[in-house]
Amino acid sequence: MIENPMISFPLLILFLPLLSFLILIFFGKRLPRQGDWVAVGSIVFTFLLAVYLFVQMLMNYNPDFSNSASISWIDLGAFKINLGILIDNLTIVMLLIVTLVSSCTHIFSLEYMKGDIRYNRYYAYLGLFTFSMNGIVLADNLISMYMSWELVGVSSYLLIGHWFEKDSAANASKKAFLTNRVGDIGFFIGIMLLYSAVGAFAFSPIFESISTGESIAGATLTIAGLGIFMGAVGKSSQFPLHIWLPDAMEGPTPVSALMHAATMVAAGVYMCVRLFPIFTPGALTVIAYVGGITAILAAITAITQNDIKKVLAYSTVSQLGFMVLAVGTGVYTAAFFHLLTHAMFKANLFYCSGSVIHSMHHALHEAHDHDTDPQDMRNMGGFKEKMPVTYYSMLISTLAIAGVPLFSGFLSKDAILAGTLAFAQHHPEHFLLPLFGFSAAAITAFYMFRLIFMTFHGKPNMKSIFKDIHESPNVMTGPIVLLGTLSFFIFYTLPSNFNPIKDKGWFTDLIVPRNSSVPGSLTANEIAEYAHHAHYLAMGLSIAVASVGILLAVLMYFTKTLSAKNISARFGFLYDWSLNKFYFDENYNRFLYQPFMRLANTVSWIDWEFYDKYFINGFGRLTKLFSNASGKFDYDGIDQGLVDGFGRVSGIAGKFLRNIQTGRLQNYLLFVVAGILVIIIAQAF
Amino acid sequence: MNNIDSYLFISSMLFCLGLFGVITRRNAIAVLMGVELILNAANINFIAFSKFNGMNLDGHIFGLLVIVLAAAEAAVALAIIINIYNNMNTINVDEAAELKR
Amino acid sequence: MAELVFWTIAALTIMSAAFVVLNNQLIYSAVALLFTLFGVAGLYIFLWADFIAGIQILVYVGGILVLVIFGIMLTNKIKSVRISHKSMQQGVGGVVSFWFFIFLFIALTKAPWAISDAIEPIGTVRGIGVLLLTDYLLPFEIISLLLLGALIGAAVLSRGES
Repeated sequence: MIENPMISFPLLILFLPLLSFLILIFFGKRLPRQGDWVAVGSIVFTFLLAVYLFVQMLMNYNPDFSNSASISWIDLGAFKINLGILIDNLTIVMLLIVTLVSSCTHIFSLEYMKGDIRYNRYYAYLGLFTFSMNGIVLADNLISMYMSWELVGVSSYLLIGHWFEKDSAANASKKAFLTNRVGDIGFFIGIMLLYSAVGAFAFSPIFESISTGESIAGATLTIAGLGIFMGAVGKSSQFPLHIWLPDAMEGPTPVSALMHAATMVAAGVYMCVRLFPIFTPGALTVIAYVGGITAILAAITAITQNDIKKVLAYSTVSQLGFMVLAVGTGVYTAAFFHLLTHAMFKANLFYCSGSVIHSMHHALHEAHDHDTDPQDMRNMGGFKEKMPVTYYSMLISTLAIAGVPLFSGFLSKDAILAGTLAFAQHHPEHFLLPLFGFSAAAITAFYMFRLIFMTFHGKPNMKSIFKDIHESPNVMTGPIVLLGTLSFFIFYTLPSNFNPIKDKGWFTDLIVPRNSSVPGSLTANEIAEYAHHAHYLAMGLSIAVASVGILLAVLMYFTKTLSAKNISARFGFLYDWSLNKFYFDENYNRFLYQPFMRLANTVSWIDWEFYDKYFINGFGRLTKLFSNASGKFDYDGIDQGLVDGFGRVSGIAGKFLRNIQTGRLQNYLLFVVAGILVIIIAQAF
Repeated sequence: MNNIDSYLFISSMLFCLGLFGVITRRNAIAVLMGVELILNAANINFIAFSKFNGMNLDGHIFGLLVIVLAAAEAAVALAIIINIYNNMNTINVDEAAELKR
Repeated sequence: MAELVFWTIAALTIMSAAFVVLNNQLIYSAVALLFTLFGVAGLYIFLWADFIAGIQILVYVGGILVLVIFGIMLTNKIKSVRISHKSMQQGVGGVVSFWFFIFLFIALTKAPWAISDAIEPIGTVRGIGVLLLTDYLLPFEIISLLLLGALIGAAVLSRGES
C-alpha cells in the first residue's frame, strides 16, 4: 500500500510540514538563519510532490479516480475509529492549492518577516498550519477532519497573535479562536448526530447509510447537516460569525494571504463540498441564504473601509459567501471552482497589499514617522510608477475578482451565478438569492477598483514619504508574478478549450458533481441541466453588473466626476452602516457580551459574598478545629506512643541481633548445620 | 566388610569429623583439610554403592571426578590463601573477618 | 583375617582423621591427614576399586597433601618454633557435629538400601577407560577444562601484583 505513490506522496505531503514544525520549534533558534531553509525546503518539496500528483491526475484524466488507505486507531469492540486518507481529484486539486500558496507564503515571508523577533516560531507555525490544513484535505472520516480542523484553529490563533505584544493582535487572535469555537460546537454536534445514527465516522459509509434513508432522514438529517455547516460558518467566516476575519488581519500579511484568504477559510467550503451528499434540501436552503447574506453584507461593508487589508478581508468574506451560496444552490463544483480561482487571485491581492504595506513601512521608517498607519489607503496614492510589478499583478487579480472575461474569476463566478439563477427560476420564492449574488458581484467590482485607484492612481497623498516608496525585492515579487499569472482563464480551461467565456476545461472534466445521498434530492444531472439553461442569461447579467461597478468606481475615484462625499451624504444611514460594519461588533458586545458579563458578575458576587464567605469559610473553620484536635491526638498518642514505640522496639531488637552477625564464615556455617539439624528433627517427628 | 552399613558408618564418621574441622578450625589450611575429609567421605560412599550395586562402574567415574575436583579446589584455595596471607599477614579466618565491617 | 585388617584400617582412618581436626600443631595435622588418605585408599581396595585406590594415593598423597604442606610452609614464618593454631567454638561445634553423626547413623541403619551382589572383577581400569570415552566423554572433557581453568586461576592468583 505504502509503495503506491498515490498513497505515499500524500502522506509525505501531510507529514513533512509537521516534521519541519517539530524541528523549528525545538531547534529553530540554534539553526543557521533560524532554520527558515528547513521550512522553505520542506514546503517546496511537498509542493513538487503535489505537482506530481496533479500531473498524474491530468494524465489519467479519470473523473472517478479515488484511492484510500486507513489504519485502525481505536478498537474497542463495537466502537471503532479508523484514521485514513482519501485521495481523489478534489483532494489533489486542494493539495495543490494549499502547497502552492503555502510555498509562496514561505518564500514571500523570507523578506517580509526578515529580522522578526520570533522568526523561527513564525516558520514553525506555518509548518503546523500546513500540516493541519493538509489533514483536513486528506481526511476520509469526520473524526480526523475534526482534529485537523481544531489544529487549524490553533495555528490560526498562534499566527494571528504572532505580534502578541500589540493588544489588538492578542485580542484578535482570541476573538478568532472563540468565534471559531462557536461554530465548532455545532460541527461536533453534527458529527455526533451522524455517528449515533449511522455508527461510522468515515464518509462513504455515512453516504451509503443516508442514501438508504433508514438510519437517518428528515429533520434529524437536516439538523445534523446544519450542525456540520455551523463548523463551516465559523471557519469560513459566514454571517453571523464573520466578525473574526477582518480582525484577523492583525496577523502578518503573508499569513493573511495563506490562511485568511486562500486556504484556511476555504476549509469550510471544502468541507461542505466534501460532505455535500448529506445536506437535505432544507439544510441547503439555509446554507444558500447564509451565503447570500454574507456575500452582500460583506461587500457593502467593504465599500467604505479605508484600511487596505480590511477591504480585502471583507472582500474575502464576501467571496466565501459566494461559494457557500453555490453549495446551497446545489452547484457545489462551482463553489470549489471559485475556491480554486479565488485562492490564487485573493492570495495574490494579499501579497500585493503586503508588498505595498512593506514599502510604506520602510518609507515611514525612513521618515521617522511612527504614528501614521501604513495600511491606510488615504495615505497612499500614485504608487503605480514606483511599484509597477505589484501594480500590474494586482490589477490582473482585481480584474479576476471583479469578474471580467479573460480572467479566472469570471469563469467561476459565472458558474455560481448561473447556478443561483437556475435555482431561483425553479424556486421563484427564493428570488432574493440571485439578487444578493448579482448585487454583491457589482459591489465587488466597485470596491476593488476603488482600492486600486486609491492606492496606485492619482496624486500621492503623503509627499513626505513618497520618494522612499520602492518596489519590493525579488523574493516578494516572485510569488506576486506567479500568482498574478495564474489569474488568467487559460490555466483553468486547458487542454481543450481556449474560449475565455466558456468554463469547460480540465476542472469541469475532472471534478464532476455527484448526486446527493439524500433521497428525493435533485440529481446532479438535473442541476447541471438547469444551470446550463440559465448560463447565457447569467453571463450577460454578470458582465453587465461588473461593468456598472467598474464604471462607478472610475467615475468616483479616477476621474472624480462624481463626488464620493455627496453620495455618502445622500445615503447617510447606509454609509454609516457600512463604515461601522453594520454594527455587528457593537451589537454582539451589547446584546451578547455585556449581558453575559453582567450575569457572570452577579454569579461571581453570589459565589463570593454568600457561598464562599459563609459556607466554605464556615466549613473551613470547623475543619480547622477538628483537625487541631485530631492533630494533637495524632502526635501525642499515635506518633509518640505507637509509631515511635515500634521504632524503639525494632532499634533495640536490631542492636541485639546485630551481635549474631559476627562476620565469621564458620559461625554462619555452624548456624547452617544447626538449621539442617532442626529441619531433620522437624521432619522426623 | 561385606555389608554396606560398615562403609557408610565409616564415611559418615569421616564426614562429621570433617564438618567439625571446618567449623572449628581457625587456620584456613586446616579448614581446607576438613574439606578434604568431607570429600573423601563422599567418595567412600560412591565407591561403596558402586560395589554393592553389582559392581556398577559409574560410581568409580564419579569418584574420579570428585578427586579431580578436590585437586582443582585445593590448588585454587591454596592460591587464595597465599594471597590473603600476603595482604593481611595472617590466614586465620576469624581475623580476616572482612564481612563484619 | 580380612575382617581384622578391614577394621584395623577403618580404625586408623577414623583416628587419624580425628587427629587432623583436633590437633593443634598444623604440621602434625598434615601428617595425620596422610594416614587418613592412605586408610581411605585401603578401604577402596576392600571395595574392589583398585584404580581409584591408586589414583587416591597418586593425587591426594602425591599432589594435594604436598600442596597443603607447601601452603603451611609458605604462610608461616619458618622461624616460629611452633606452627600452631587454636580452634574455636569447639563445644558447640562438637555437639552439632555429634548430633549430625547420630542422625546420619540412624538414617543409614534404617534405610532399605537396594543392594545386589556382584562377583569380583579382574581389574576396573578397562571398564573405567571405556566408560570415560563413551558414556562420560562430555563430563571428562569438561572436568579437564575445569582443571585447566583451576591451573591458570591458581597461577594468576598466587602470582601477586606486578
